[in-house]
Amino acid sequence: MNIIDRRLNPKGKSLANRQRFLRRAKKQILDAVREASARDGITGPSDHRIRIKTDTLREPRLHQAGQGGERWHIAPGNKEYVEGDRIPRPPQGEGGGRGGSPDGDSEDAFQFVLSRDEFIDLFLEDLELPDLLRKDLRETEGATPRRAGFQTSGAAANLNLVRTMRNSLSRRIALRRPRPEEIAAREEELARLSKTGEADPETLARLAAEIEIERRRSRRVPFIDPIDVRYNRFEDVPRPAVSAVMFCLMDVSGSMTAHMKDLAKRFYKLLYLFLSRRYARVEIVFIRHTHVAREVDEETFFSSTESGGTVVSTALEEMVRVLRARYPLEQWNIYAAQASDGDNMPADNPHAVALLEQAILPACQYFAYLEVGPEDERYGGSTELWRAYQRIAQAGQAIAMRKVNHRSQIYPVFRQLFSRDKAVRTEGVA
Amino acid sequence: MTKLAEKFRISSGSDWGFSDLRRAHDLIAEIAQRELGLDTYPSQIEVITSEQMLDAYSSIGLPLMYRHWSFGKRFARDESLYRHGYSSLAYEIVINSNPCIVYVMEENSMAMQALVLAHAAFGHNHFFKNNSLFRQWTDAGGILDYMEFAKTYIAHCEDKYGETAVERVLDAAHALMTQGVSRYPRRRGFDLADEARREAERREEEARTFNDLWRTLPEGKASRALHPELVERQRLLGLPEENILYFLEKKAPLLKPWQREILRIVRHIAQYFYPQKQTKMMNEGCATFVHYHIMNRLHEQGVLDDGGMLEFLHSHTSVVFQPDFDDPRFSGLNPYALGFAMMQDIARITRAPTEEDRLWFPDIAGNGDPYGTLREAWVAYRDESFIRQFLSPALIRKMKLFSVHDDSRSDLVVEAIHDERGYRAVRAALADSFDVIKHEPEIEIVDVDLDGDRRLLLQNRVHHGIMLEREDAERVLDHLAFLWGYEVSLVEIDAVSEKVLRSFDAGPPAPVG
Repeated sequence: MNIIDRRLNPKGKSLANRQRFLRRAKKQILDAVREASARDGITGPSDHRIRIKTDTLREPRLHQAGQGGERWHIAPGNKEYVEGDRIPRPPQGEGGGRGGSPDGDSEDAFQFVLSRDEFIDLFLEDLELPDLLRKDLRETEGATPRRAGFQTSGAAANLNLVRTMRNSLSRRIALRRPRPEEIAAREEELARLSKTGEADPETLARLAAEIEIERRRSRRVPFIDPIDVRYNRFEDVPRPAVSAVMFCLMDVSGSMTAHMKDLAKRFYKLLYLFLSRRYARVEIVFIRHTHVAREVDEETFFSSTESGGTVVSTALEEMVRVLRARYPLEQWNIYAAQASDGDNMPADNPHAVALLEQAILPACQYFAYLEVGPEDERYGGSTELWRAYQRIAQAGQAIAMRKVNHRSQIYPVFRQLFSRDKAVRTEGVA
Repeated sequence: MTKLAEKFRISSGSDWGFSDLRRAHDLIAEIAQRELGLDTYPSQIEVITSEQMLDAYSSIGLPLMYRHWSFGKRFARDESLYRHGYSSLAYEIVINSNPCIVYVMEENSMAMQALVLAHAAFGHNHFFKNNSLFRQWTDAGGILDYMEFAKTYIAHCEDKYGETAVERVLDAAHALMTQGVSRYPRRRGFDLADEARREAERREEEARTFNDLWRTLPEGKASRALHPELVERQRLLGLPEENILYFLEKKAPLLKPWQREILRIVRHIAQYFYPQKQTKMMNEGCATFVHYHIMNRLHEQGVLDDGGMLEFLHSHTSVVFQPDFDDPRFSGLNPYALGFAMMQDIARITRAPTEEDRLWFPDIAGNGDPYGTLREAWVAYRDESFIRQFLSPALIRKMKLFSVHDDSRSDLVVEAIHDERGYRAVRAALADSFDVIKHEPEIEIVDVDLDGDRRLLLQNRVHHGIMLEREDAERVLDHLAFLWGYEVSLVEIDAVSEKVLRSFDAGPPAPVG
C-alpha cells in the first residue's frame, strides 16, 4: 500500500477545460455579462454570478423518452395496495415516483461564478489600448525572487547539493583524505601478510602505523565540512507597476438629464474596467463642471445637479491643474473621457480648443469625447462643441469622438473606440 | 488482541497523520483477508483537498483525462452546487486500476478515513478485481497508461489540427458514447490454418452423417435468397453492428486517421465504464457490506472508539437510507440500500435459514459460509442476474416492494405486491429495472446504400412502445452525419410487429466557404 499526499499538487487542473467551456458558451456568457454590467457600480463586484441557458452546452445522447409506452415501476414501502388496485395517474405522467430524464441532466439553465479576470477578459475581448506606454518604473507591485548565485548560509531547503559536493570533493583531494576503500585494502593486506607470515615484523609494524595515520587523517578531514556547504541565493527583483490615471469630465448643468448622465456613467465604467485590465494601478479623477469646475468623488459626480451656465474650458483647466499637481507625465499614463450634451458658451469654444491642443492632448494617451443626447432624438445636428472638436480631430490629433443617444449604443461605441482595427477606430470623426 | 491494536485508536477526531492511515489500513487488511477472504489489488491512497475532489469529479472519476469543454461545464456546475451548499462532496473516489487508486479527502475525520479505506480500498477493490464483467471487459493494469496516451494524443491533435477541429470530433464521439460499447465479445477473424481445419472438420462431419434421403427432400424457399446482395453487403461491412463508434472508426469513408483514433479513445473509455453501469448496485452493496463488517469488527476489537463508531453509524445509516415511495425524499431505489440489504440477507440465509429460504435457495441455505457464498456471487453476477437469483421473499416483505404497471394511458395498476403470488413477479420486474440493456435503446447500423448516395441506415427496435427522445435524437443524428460524411437515417420500428413508427434523417454539414 502506498499513501501519496496530492494536496500540494498544482491546483486548477481543470483550468484548460474551463477555458474551453467558456469559449463554448461565449455568446451566452457575453449576453449575461452585459446584463450584469448594467446593474453594478463603476468599479464592479469582485466576482460575477452568471446564469446561462445550457442550449449550446447540451450533450445529446440517444436515450429512451421519459414518457409514453408501457412501463413497469418497482417501489418500496407499500402500505395499503393489493394486487389489482388502480392508482389514478399522477400529473405529468409520473408513476410510482419515477420520472424525469435518465441522466439528471434536464435543467435548462445553470449558474456559475466568473472570476473578475475572466469577466473582464470576456467583456473587453478584442479591444486594445492605443499608445500603451510603460511609465513610472519606480512604483512597484511586489517582488519576484530570482536565482542569483550561492551563499554560505541559508535554509536547508535551499541547499545546493551539487555545489556542496564539489567543494567537499576538492577539499578532500587537496587534504589527501584517504578513501575508505584504500584503508580497507591496506587492512586486508596487513591481515594477509600477518597470517601467512611472509613479511618480517618490521614491515608489519610499518604497515600498521601507516594504516593508523590514514585512519586518523580520515577522521580529521571530514567528508563534508561546514565550509563546503553552499546554499542557493535568491535576490528579490522588483516588479515594476504601470499605472494610469483616468479623468472623467462631465457637464452637470441643467441641460444634462439623468438619462444622459447614465449614458456617461456606463461609458466611464467600461473605460475603467478596460484600464484596470491593462494597468496594475488605475486612479480615477472625477471633474464636473457648469460654469465652474470642481474635482469631486464618484457619488457627487453622478448624483446631484447644479444650476449654472456651461463653460467647458473650466473643466479642462481643472484637469490641467490636477495633472500638473499630482500626475507627472513621466510616471503616469493619462486617459481622459469627456461627456457632454454639446452645449457650451459659444465664446468659450476657442479657449477650450486651445487648451486641448496645447496642454491636454500632448499629455494624454487618449482623449475621448462622448456626446450624449436624449433618447428620442430624431435629428442630430452637430453642436458647436462637436464642430470645434472635430476640427482638432481632422488636424490629426489623438481625440476620439462619438455621439450616443441610447444605452444600447454604449457598448458598440466603446468597442469602436478601442477596436484593434485602426480604420474602425477613426471612422465617424471625419 | 495484537500489540498494534492496543496502542492504536480510531476516533471521530479530525487529527490524523499518514502513519495513522497506514496502521488503520493494516488492521483493516487483516480483517478483510482473514475473515472475509477478500482478494484485492494493492491500493494506493491519495490524500486530496476538496478542490481536487471537484477536479476529479469533473473528469468522470479518472485521474487523467483529455481536455474537453464538457468537463469544464461539469466542474462549473459541481463547484457552484458545492459552494452554495446544495450538495456535499463524496468522501472518496475509487478507480478500477492496478494499483487501485483511492482518493480520500483531507477533511475527513479518522473514523471516516477508516470507513473510506474499508469501503473503497477493500470493498470496491475486491469487486473490481474479481467480478467477471470487469475481468472480461476492463484492463485495470493498463487503464492509467492508456489515459496518459489518450491525453497526450488529443493534446497533440489540438496543437496540430486546432482545438475547434478536435472539439468537433469529440463532441460527436461523446454524443455516440453510449452506442460505443460492445455488449458481446466480438468474433475474431479466422486465420488460414484455422479456416482449413474447420473446412476439414465440416467435410468429415458431412461424410459421417451422409444420408442419401436428404437429397429427396423438396427445397424450401430460402428467405435469404430474396436479397442476396443485401446479405453480401452486410457480410462485407460486418453488419448489423451495435457499436456505432466502432463501425465509424473502421468504415467511415471520409475520416482522417487522427479522427479515427479519437473515436477509438472515446469508445475504449465507454467500454471501460460499461461494467460499472451494469453492476452499480452490487458494487456499492459489496463495498457497503464489507465496510459494515469491518467497522463493527474494529469496534469489537476496541480499535474504533465509541465516538468513532457513532460517527460511522450516522454516516452508514444515511448512505443506506431508503425512503418509501410516498416520501417526498423518494427518488427511486437506493442502490446502496438494496445492495446492502440483499447481501445481509444472503448472509442470514446461509447462517439461519427459514423453511421458506430452504425452499427458495436450496443451494445456499444453511451452508454456514456467508462470505464464501457472497464472494462467489460477487464474481459471477451483475445487478440484473443477481436480483433474479438472490432476491428473497423475506427481503421483498421487509422492503414491502410492489410492482406497478403503467401503460401511459389509463390508471396505473398494481401488478404484484409482497405476497405469495407476487414474489416472482416483483423479483422479475425489479431485475428488469436493473437491466441496462432494457433501458437503453436497441440501435444497430443495418445497411449502407453503397450503390446510391452512401446513406447510412440505422434501426432502433422499439420495445413496449418506448421511443427515443426526439430532440436529442435529432442532434445526435447530426453528429453522426458529420462523422459518416454522408446522409444518415434512423428508423424506429416496433420490435414485435416490425412496423415503422418514426424516422429521422440528417445530412452532413455543408462544407464551409
